[in-house]
Amino acid sequence: MASAPPDHRTVRRWNQRTLAPWLFLTPGLFMFAVYVLWPIVESITLSFYDWNGLYNQDGEFTGTFVGMGNYAELMTDPAFETSLWNNLKWLVLYMAALPIGLFIAIFLNQTVTGIRLYKSLFFFPFVISQVVVGLIFAWFYAPNFGLFYLLTEAVMGQGTAILADPDLVTYGIIVAGLWPQIAYVMILYLTGLNNVAPDQIEAARLDGAKGWRMLWYVVLPQLRPATFIAVIVTVIGALRSFDLVSIMTTGGPFGSSRVLSYYMFEMALGEFGFRMGYGAAIAVVLFAIMMIFISGFIWKMWRDEKER
Amino acid sequence: MVHRKAGALALVAALLMSTSAIAQDKRVVTWNADYDPIPLAAAEALIADFEAANPEIDVQLTNFDHEAYKNAIRNFLTADPPDLANWYAANRMRPFVEAGLFADISDVWANNGLNESLASSVLSSTIDGKQYAIPYTYYQWGIYYNRDAYAAAGVELPGEGGVTWEQFLANCEKFKAAEIDCVTTGSSALWPVAGIFDYLSLRTNGYQFHSDLAAGRISWTSPETRAVFAEFAKLQPYVTANHAAIDWQDAAAIFVQNKAAHYVMGNFAVGVFKEGGMTNDNLGFMVFPEITPGIARAEEAPTDTIHLTSGAKNPDDAKTFLAYIASAEAQSKWNAAVGQLPTNKDATVDPADPFLTAGFQALSTATGGIAQFWDRDADAEYAKAGMEGFQQFLVQPDQLEAILERLEQTRLRLYPQ
Repeated sequence: MASAPPDHRTVRRWNQRTLAPWLFLTPGLFMFAVYVLWPIVESITLSFYDWNGLYNQDGEFTGTFVGMGNYAELMTDPAFETSLWNNLKWLVLYMAALPIGLFIAIFLNQTVTGIRLYKSLFFFPFVISQVVVGLIFAWFYAPNFGLFYLLTEAVMGQGTAILADPDLVTYGIIVAGLWPQIAYVMILYLTGLNNVAPDQIEAARLDGAKGWRMLWYVVLPQLRPATFIAVIVTVIGALRSFDLVSIMTTGGPFGSSRVLSYYMFEMALGEFGFRMGYGAAIAVVLFAIMMIFISGFIWKMWRDEKER
Repeated sequence: MVHRKAGALALVAALLMSTSAIAQDKRVVTWNADYDPIPLAAAEALIADFEAANPEIDVQLTNFDHEAYKNAIRNFLTADPPDLANWYAANRMRPFVEAGLFADISDVWANNGLNESLASSVLSSTIDGKQYAIPYTYYQWGIYYNRDAYAAAGVELPGEGGVTWEQFLANCEKFKAAEIDCVTTGSSALWPVAGIFDYLSLRTNGYQFHSDLAAGRISWTSPETRAVFAEFAKLQPYVTANHAAIDWQDAAAIFVQNKAAHYVMGNFAVGVFKEGGMTNDNLGFMVFPEITPGIARAEEAPTDTIHLTSGAKNPDDAKTFLAYIASAEAQSKWNAAVGQLPTNKDATVDPADPFLTAGFQALSTATGGIAQFWDRDADAEYAKAGMEGFQQFLVQPDQLEAILERLEQTRLRLYPQ
């Protein structure tokens, strides 16, 4: 046995151990480099330029280097400040999707005839496109004929047009965003609830636990993976809130409902924008904010993997 | 990223063109446009006439969706320039002229006597003394009024020359008592409020002031600008509430349903009013009332233009076509089909259309000048900041100082003194 030719085997083993993973990784790495890393580098570079998005007739770049100029301007830009505050409102209020989603999930986690139908109905808002959600809520809030407007008119005598009110508009859009987000969180918790160990529930019940204590000490700890995912999708959902703002208000009235992602679009690609460098600078700031959360999540996942 | 988009676009354009490139032996002129169905049919009729007169030239029109065009033009002018491209006059064409993407066509203007026949549009087609555009249509702005709403509120109809500003505001008070919005607008897209502001500015301080304000040469905190906002404040209580949440078509519905008496709008809205059931009997048009006596009357008339691109492959034939588009005959035909006004002073207007006739009359007697509209007279970023300020003032008139302060800061940043 010992005299068997080792070279063949080692080469093969080397291939299997070292080369093969890279071969399998190549397509993914290539895609990641071209569609993720390269645009990031490109955006950061662009954020140091003042450029209107035009190449000249010979296809040459027409931008001028301004260093940190775009970032300096951001610091004093009231619209940027508004967007930042609105993003914060989104982040905080979007978290309401977690308890509400959990509540609905627990409510639906029972065996009654037709429960599948109820579950699908609750899940429905997540299935329809954000654009449609935005349109539905825009009509719901619409002055003169919107249901919400008519309701407030009936109750308070004076109708409230949420989307025309600079102080309320962001909350109005967040509520619209919460509708599908709650459904998303609910479905995450529903699958999580399927995996809750029945014997532990049984044991807890024998020990006399019920209601809130049962939920807090027995069920919730088992739902931690679901909660983790729900927090991630909710944070990301809040930060990339673009479609609803675009559909419902286009950032108005007078820019009061802007968020960073929409302001970036407005500056870079909007009708009155085409300031590519400034838009890129906003994108970089948004990216930095997201990185804070993303690194947190990655760190936590890394720690969990290691514990195993 | 930009390049990849352009590539996809070029592919689409190539596919479109391959279907129409039948006549191989003819000299081809390519034209990228952004027409809705009716203007598109009118443009195709013009092409047919032109090709009948010039059988050796084949004009190939590639039509884009109106909104998509605004982005597409930025790519195709570099990646795959057609010979001709649609765009807008004045400051809207400036970025393309400065990047060297639109070609100087002063020779077309000189050789065809366009400086006389298109006299009203010379300024808006010129940058640094050279012409870069062929204006072929515009439409007037003004006040459209609802005669039924006047009757419902018991207000006397405006006469032939419109009403005075004092009378207008007094009428507004009566409309308010009758629970009718005196002036309606839907400002969710911002630009409709710019129409109101432009007229207040033109009527308070005149064309030159307004033009300088749009160009960033006048302070927002100057007494003249404050005077404009003082007039704006008089109008503010009579404008439809919640206008910030509705778009201009929603406001048109309010107007058509007799819940509003006036609408400061462009002539393109007439089609929408008539679709809503209004007729020439209850829809009226008047010019915006005079505010400061003795100021030469200026009007707003945004102009649409066609440009020769710098990358044109067949500039000679393209110029022949541009000269044709500038002619009275072509402009009469296109504008009659679309319901807009020709820029050529020798062109004719359908006498049966009271709004076109009134508009033609209003514009041809506007001795003060023709403004293009706030978002075309002012640079893009400045225009947007301004419109947000106008909208905010209509919603929160008590914030005037903050608005003017912010606009002034924007002005000083964009136009360092």
